[in-house]
Amino acid sequence: MDLIRLKNVEKKYKNGVTAIYDLNLAIEKGSFVFVIGGSGSGKSTLIKMLYREEKPTKGQVVVGGLDVAKLKNKKVYKLRRKLGIVFQDYRLLPKLTVYENVAFALECIGEKKDIIRIKVLKALEDVGLKNKVHEYPNNLSGGEQQRVAIARAIVNDPKLLLCDEPTGNLDPEKSMEIMKVLESINKQRGTTIIMATHDKEIVNKMKKQVITLKDGHLVKFKQKGTYAE
Amino acid sequence: MKPFRMLGRSIRDAVKSVIRNFSLSLASISCISITLIIVAVAIMASYNVQNFTREIEKDMTIVVFLDNQIEQDEIHEVEEQIKSISNVGEYTFQSRQEVKQKMQEESEIFSTVLENWEDEDSPLKDTFQVKVKNIEKIKDTAEKIQAIEKVSVVRYGEGMVDKMVTAFASIKKVTYGIVVALILVTIFLIVNTIKLTISARKREIEIMRLVGASNITIKLPFIIEGMILGVFGSVVPILITIYGYFAFYRHFDGYLYSRLIQLIEPEPFIYNVSLIVIAIGIVVGMIGSASAVKRYLKV
Ligand SMILES: Nc1ncnc2c1ncn2[C@@H]1O[C@H](COP(=O)(O)OP(=O)(O)OP(=O)(O)O)[C@@H](O)[C@H]1O
Ligand SMILES: [Mg+2]
Repeated sequence: MDLIRLKNVEKKYKNGVTAIYDLNLAIEKGSFVFVIGGSGSGKSTLIKMLYREEKPTKGQVVVGGLDVAKLKNKKVYKLRRKLGIVFQDYRLLPKLTVYENVAFALECIGEKKDIIRIKVLKALEDVGLKNKVHEYPNNLSGGEQQRVAIARAIVNDPKLLLCDEPTGNLDPEKSMEIMKVLESINKQRGTTIIMATHDKEIVNKMKKQVITLKDGHLVKFKQKGTYAE
Repeated sequence: MKPFRMLGRSIRDAVKSVIRNFSLSLASISCISITLIIVAVAIMASYNVQNFTREIEKDMTIVVFLDNQIEQDEIHEVEEQIKSISNVGEYTFQSRQEVKQKMQEESEIFSTVLENWEDEDSPLKDTFQVKVKNIEKIKDTAEKIQAIEKVSVVRYGEGMVDKMVTAFASIKKVTYGIVVALILVTIFLIVNTIKLTISARKREIEIMRLVGASNITIKLPFIIEGMILGVFGSVVPILITIYGYFAFYRHFDGYLYSRLIQLIEPEPFIYNVSLIVIAIGIVVGMIGSASAVKRYLKV
């Protein structure tokens, strides 16, 4: 079953820049897909269309059965609850502890306190941060902060995890730690992962599916791909 | 269960940000307070005015004395003319014989004195007692009746009363103007307070959206914050309403100038006014925050 399907998708920004041209894609449930390409090739734009931060100007984007382009603004939250998102800059709330940051995602959707507790501790365990539950983000390393962000993204058991350069601010060693965490989430939880990245080394090491974009065009979609063209 | 949890969270967040933006919150609260004090006074005044004008209206009659040498058919003609004035409500006719009888019934002394007067030389006159529909126009109506032929004298209430009634009417208009202006200023201040909260919590809102908080969940804390400002803003006005009106009522012993102008009993009047005041506070707070949310929170 395809979790994501894009049909003849075009994205043209208001300033006239076309970031994606006529893109067709199908991504299976449970896959781990890298999106690579040079700066400005449209990686972030593709990710943004998947969580309805941007609407395609043409074509159809279907995520988990929801036609994203047709989704009303008021209903976007339904899509967001099916997926988790991780960014390069972590986007944690500095005044909340690690636990509270992760719990925040569930509180916002009205989850019960005891269920929040169980889910948050499980997610923090999955990213290997169970011993830092009461720390504040500023007392953590970049890699640890990113793991908190990942825990927050997966705490509601989403079908899909979107990552836009999650290792962009990290050194190679910390990056590999993050990749291990993501790989185990993909394996253990069966979460489909789509990750935009610049990092050749990671892509080559992981041997996952690779979507290559160039100036908004799909160049390649390879199983077990590498960065080299 | 879930709505209650969300509500609890929203209230907690709202209280937090009222405290965090204390100075601006205080400005909004003070502005609401001033507005509501004026609103409360205006409400109490206008209810009282309404109350006693209604009372006065009930009693207020124009007494029309007719000329001494008036014929029966002329009386009829005067009656027709009075009836044709639009502000005239009910009216009754009392002939001088009836007046005489009435006075005789009332006192022994009158009785013997009046006994000796014949109809011809009696100082008593035929009268119409006319009630008006709109007391504000009583003067006008009285003048119209005075102008009718064969009408000798026209009397109505104390002259003070109608002056007071018209004065109240114009005070009311001015008060409405002030209240509307103050409410606008208040809403402006609330919008700015909420705007500050929104910008202070930009990050949080962004994350809320990412993790799938519904629009209402995102908006609710801000709306509640506006309502809290409204509630805090109505505390002082309500205290003033309750204690102030009690004191006022006691000081004047329940009436102004004459027994004709009765004040409304404080209870339950002041509690009703307090409810109106807090309701206005909450609604104004909500309008302010809702428009801030609409303008600065793109959801
Ligand atoms: N909000 C926007 N408004 C207008 N143009 C935009 C916007 N976002 C991106 N673009 C343009 O769309 C193109 C693709 O941008 P995008 O961010 O998707 O690239 P990217 O592959 O993520 O690049 P990078 O690797 O630098 O993050 C670029 O030319 C960019 O300038
Ligand atoms: Mg990008």
